[in-house]
Amino acid sequence: MNLEQIIQSLDLKLLTEQKPFHEIQPTTGYAADLLSCVMTGASRGGLWVTLQAHSNIVAVAALLELSAIIITEGAQPDEATIQKANDEGVTLLSSQQDTYRVVGRLWELGIR
Amino acid sequence: MLPPLIVMECLEKGISLIAITDHNATANISAVQQAAEGTDLTVLPGMEVQTREEVHSLCLFDTLEQALAWQAIVDRHLPAIPNRPDYFGDQLIVDANGDFLKREERLLLTSVNLSLADAFHQVTRLGGLFIPAHVNRTANGLFPILGMPPDDIPLEVMEISRHLKPAEAVKIYPALHSYSLIQSGDAHRLDEISGLNQFTLQSPTLQEIRLALRGEQGRSHRILSSTILAGE
Repeated sequence: MNLEQIIQSLDLKLLTEQKPFHEIQPTTGYAADLLSCVMTGASRGGLWVTLQAHSNIVAVAALLELSAIIITEGAQPDEATIQKANDEGVTLLSSQQDTYRVVGRLWELGIR
Repeated sequence: MLPPLIVMECLEKGISLIAITDHNATANISAVQQAAEGTDLTVLPGMEVQTREEVHSLCLFDTLEQALAWQAIVDRHLPAIPNRPDYFGDQLIVDANGDFLKREERLLLTSVNLSLADAFHQVTRLGGLFIPAHVNRTANGLFPILGMPPDDIPLEVMEISRHLKPAEAVKIYPALHSYSLIQSGDAHRLDEISGLNQFTLQSPTLQEIRLALRGEQGRSHRILSSTILAGE
């Protein structure tokens, strides 16, 4: 399952620049809104599902080389955060669904 | 905590400067200020705001008018959830004697729909001092929630909780090196009023407090040992 298929399947909105998402294969996932937990708990190359839209999410994702951040419940990062994400090569995706449902769908798709 | 008792407790402990920083609220500040009139205690108006990220920050002001202007902004961004006193307790507004005036009906124990950066800018624009509170605490502390200090706002000061020595806090969060630190009692009860910050000021104003935190122009600040105070 590549990131392009995940974006289509979950109807995610791309907030950052286009990339060859079909070449990105998320290995696993992690869900939390406390960034200190993410920094110690998330795995390199994984997807991160969170409600947190503060700009520090970009630094955490860059640090861990995550494949993308899925921001849930339509929480909207500000322009500066999106810019920072583009500068850092971090992909931000948005879902209107809550974290529980997004994680459930990812699990169904085999991202475990 | 009734206003006259807060004033008495502070004076007994030799405390001459406090801030009233209720959660997302300012309605009880004037009562404490009035109760302190004619005493050696200065009461700064403030608020502990909980922003969208669920981070708590102290917003300190020089005047009640500034605090109320900030409250008006907060009110516009506070979700309309009624309080459930059986779960969260009564939210009472009292006068200077501690007598009941009215109930705050909206739930204050929630997040205001403003970002940390928005809140910082609004408070600063009004002349206030914005201090992330108990930054080391898992519940609503900046470091556990945001992982690291935000780089989009020029914070000057951070507050650490009373359970931790400043040196320990800096060891756990080396980024704290770049900030002035205060340590507060975060007092919710009279016996938690601790007076941990010792300032040398010309007058009890935010400008003076800023100078003291930076150690400039002869003003100074130090955190007293919380263990000594706890043993008193």
